[in-house]
Amino acid sequence: MIGILEDKDRIFTNLYGFQDWTLDGAKNRGAWNATKDMLDLGRDWIINNVKASGLRGRGGAGFSTGLKWSFMPKEVKDRPHYLVINADESEPATCKDREIMRHDPHLLIEGALIASFAMQAHACYIYLRGEYVLERERMEAAVKQAYEGKLIGKDNVHGWDFDVYIHHGAGAYICGEETALLESLEGKKGQPRLKPPFPAGAGLYGCPTTVNNVESIAVVGTILRRGADWFASFGRPNNTGTKLMSLSGHVNTPCVVEEAMSIPLRQLIEDHGGGVRGGWGNLKAIIPGGASCPVITREQAETVMMDFDSMREVRSSLGTAGVTVMDESTDIVKAIARISYFFKHESCGQCTPCREGTGWMWRVLERMAVGEADPSEIDLLLDVASQVEGHTICALGDAAAWPVQGLIRHFRHEIEDRIANYRSRRANFAGHAIAAE
Amino acid sequence: MSVRRLAKEQPASFAFTADTTAKAEWWIKKYPESRRQSAVIPVLWLVQKQEGWVSEPAIRAVGELLGMPFIRVLEVATFYTMFMLEPVGKTALIQVCGTTPCMLRGANELMRVCKDKIGPKDHLSADGRFTWQEVECLGACSNAPMAQINDYYFEDLTPETIGQIIDDFAAGKTPKPGSYAGRITSEPTGGAKTLLDAALYDGSAAKPIKKLPNSDPAPVEKAPA
Repeated sequence: MIGILEDKDRIFTNLYGFQDWTLDGAKNRGAWNATKDMLDLGRDWIINNVKASGLRGRGGAGFSTGLKWSFMPKEVKDRPHYLVINADESEPATCKDREIMRHDPHLLIEGALIASFAMQAHACYIYLRGEYVLERERMEAAVKQAYEGKLIGKDNVHGWDFDVYIHHGAGAYICGEETALLESLEGKKGQPRLKPPFPAGAGLYGCPTTVNNVESIAVVGTILRRGADWFASFGRPNNTGTKLMSLSGHVNTPCVVEEAMSIPLRQLIEDHGGGVRGGWGNLKAIIPGGASCPVITREQAETVMMDFDSMREVRSSLGTAGVTVMDESTDIVKAIARISYFFKHESCGQCTPCREGTGWMWRVLERMAVGEADPSEIDLLLDVASQVEGHTICALGDAAAWPVQGLIRHFRHEIEDRIANYRSRRANFAGHAIAAE
Repeated sequence: MSVRRLAKEQPASFAFTADTTAKAEWWIKKYPESRRQSAVIPVLWLVQKQEGWVSEPAIRAVGELLGMPFIRVLEVATFYTMFMLEPVGKTALIQVCGTTPCMLRGANELMRVCKDKIGPKDHLSADGRFTWQEVECLGACSNAPMAQINDYYFEDLTPETIGQIIDDFAAGKTPKPGSYAGRITSEPTGGAKTLLDAALYDGSAAKPIKKLPNSDPAPVEKAPA
């Protein structure tokens, strides 16, 4: 068998868009089935079941979704509640929410209704990244179908007045950070807010708001239909469920696939990705969860599993489960330098350590990629990375520091070799005369 | 951060077309009445669709439409990199993803082709029909390398296929977006290995559910305090 998860246990049954994405097709595959019964069982039942399923946020941080929902005020007072869905998928190597929005949009809309009901929200904004034009058109069409089918809107069949609005950004990775997303949705620059107050207290327009990832919301309907224990039966404790994983880079057949959590990384690559280009022995390094996660080596990749805890044991992170595979032909320093450029480009400019540090790290790495550096700069780079990490309002500073730290942790020797090679080819470099005496 | 400035040469005026105004009103209705500012990104995007780029008079007009000070709209227009602050190719705006997953699969070769055929990046081609840019991750990494041309994604590209696409645009054709490696979407090359069970699609999942799991009166689990 391919992988661990059987077809009958997949949530996204139209992942590749081979089937009809419209309301009729989605209903035929089980969407919107018994949704009213779920709402009739009450919001505590919904939240308790989502908690019991062990669902952890699929946007990268891995926070318990049910617990997050329970942070919303129990009573609606003078301010309305909002659900905001983060569809600003921009983490390099991550391309999973896109498949949900263009091929299974109704699962997302159904999940949005259930989640909004559980948090007493009558309105939900879905914030798509601006580049996803096709996905936005699909979502708008699907929302229209849901209104026409009286599934959402005023006086709908579910008895909970509920509006879904599609919103879009315009090419800023930082808007994937929840408070930057809210700023952007309010029509401002996407610069993250200081927390507290947390969005559950004061979010969109100062009202109680919960921001969830697309995948976290889209799985909720199926979890409740099939049971929290069914979902919790996949993966290891604390890392349960199924998960969309995307494979990119040097695998023979890159793809997006839904798999059980805790699938061994090697099995994921060999079963679904058709193996590493040139065979497993040709593997150099893997970035397991999107560009911000530190690289891991082939030895670590042998045994690590695709879940939060296993990835933490190898000092990396599951992130969004967007796996980038790099074979022996890869210039690893250059590859990480390109990631540093990405973070430099996407820094919002609000906090000095990130605004200045991301550019500094990128420039040093570009020099190191050709060897034009001093060996002492490796430690200096590590030092700067640790000063960016944890010293900014949002996690972009951390995200920019981690890949650099991962590179030096595992491939320090490559940088050193490159510097030595560069020097051996040149008679003159800074400090040469002193060193020769 | 990316430093972005308004173009030196600006048109004298800007006016919304009737179509753009109607669409802008449709967007503004999505937000609470006192929150018209929320529509600023979608409206700037409509302006860009109308004119091809975002000029200073247009930024002023958007500010008036949404009741925002000019500086607030200017901030937004310069912060978000999808807004083109100077004219771009009318036939095709080619945005090649250059971030690591695409780079590993040959994005640099695609950019070389763009450079040969169109000229230096971020510049309007000599005939004014094309602009190409290197952009950051477009979120189609399993279909790398790829490019967004005008609005849609062209995926699984090679130097040959992107060259052909540029030639087709130049010849006035409209090449089809999607995968150029024979894939339908993001399934593995050679055909999907999962989602093959016919029972998923025979309607059995749509049968009425008599009783939802864990729906007995007692709660399934006590919520942690």
